[in-house]
Amino acid sequence: MTRPTFQIDGKPVTFTEGQTIMEAATAAGVYIPHLCHNPEFEPHGSCKLCTVKVNGRNCSACTFPAADGQEVLNDTAELNELRRTITQMLFVEGNHLCPSCEKSGNCQLQAAAYFLGMTDAHFPFFYPRRELDASHPDILLDRDRCIFCALCVRASRDVDGKNVFAIGGRGIDSRLIVNSPSGRLADTPIAATDKATRVCPVGAILIKRHGFEVPIGERVYDRHTIAEESLEREEPIVEARHG
Amino acid sequence: MAEKLTIATTSLAGCFGCHMSFLDIDERILALAEVARFDRSPLTDIKHCRDRVDLGLVEGGVCNAENVHTLREFRRHCRILVAVGACAINGGLPTLRNPIALEECLQEAYRDGIGVENPQIPDDVELPLLLDKVHPIHEVVRVDYSLPGCPPSADVIWAFLSDLAAGGEPSLPRELIHYD
Repeated sequence: MTRPTFQIDGKPVTFTEGQTIMEAATAAGVYIPHLCHNPEFEPHGSCKLCTVKVNGRNCSACTFPAADGQEVLNDTAELNELRRTITQMLFVEGNHLCPSCEKSGNCQLQAAAYFLGMTDAHFPFFYPRRELDASHPDILLDRDRCIFCALCVRASRDVDGKNVFAIGGRGIDSRLIVNSPSGRLADTPIAATDKATRVCPVGAILIKRHGFEVPIGERVYDRHTIAEESLEREEPIVEARHG
Repeated sequence: MAEKLTIATTSLAGCFGCHMSFLDIDERILALAEVARFDRSPLTDIKHCRDRVDLGLVEGGVCNAENVHTLREFRRHCRILVAVGACAINGGLPTLRNPIALEECLQEAYRDGIGVENPQIPDDVELPLLLDKVHPIHEVVRVDYSLPGCPPSADVIWAFLSDLAAGGEPSLPRELIHYD
């Protein structure tokens, strides 16, 4: 029996029933830009960077199920321009100062911006005031850099079973909140070995005292594009899930 | 011989690192001198553009009234204006003061901070007034191109100038785009 197939940018991609477009694309070695998606977790569909055109309509590839005969557009000038604009909006909404951030070079927001050819942020900056939480002996929470991908929320809830994080507030007042009576990280059961501390795509959750073990210029996205790195990391995860 | 490209540069709220990086093009500056002439710049010590220039490079963000004045005057003289480096593009490290009220910043720096002697907030009439926030230059004037980096490497600056001198549309290859 032939496996169901759809097209991405004219190239046929076979998939397993139940896979999303993102999963099928990753398994086929096709990179679709994304930030809030990580194949280890249930999709969130919030960052919209993975927007693709499915039979002429914009959809999030991380949540949209693959179907036989679909025509998907991914790597087009129009979609990449849209993705760059979304990335610019993420930059102006927070306080993303790459030169002073210890995640620089390992940051997926920065790497996505490189990939999309972003050289400026275009929009006026918000410069919001966001609270830093340095209370925990091993973990730093720098909300300036949070992009509300909710990966830490999902990891803490679904893998660590601790429910340490949540997104509170709405719209521009959204913020990453910590589930303890004081609201401080030190008063939660989180540990530096938890999954929730390892999934942040930006520099919002950092393990203390490891920031500069690898010098700037020799880091992951100094050496590889996010397309290369992401496919290499995520393809085995998708394969393990769907076989 | 064809008219030489005229270049002006200025530094606003920056650290001069971008100008230093420009000088890191090393001996390539000789090739540049063949096709370009410098007008206003800290490198020539010319204080105001003598005429219209083809290309203006701006380092640093906008943190006080003098920066606004300088930037607007500079823009009027430049056919193409380029934001060079993190501070010109997003305000850079000086924007760390933006989420904090200006009065609070001044009090901490000049009155209440640890180790402050003879505490007083500077108010000499010669001093340009601080803006309540530090701004990237695109919030004040129109910007044609941006060269990211802290600083952008000499190779980034060279790639841009080479494209422009050759009469092409400047575009940075992906591997030259860095924000740190």
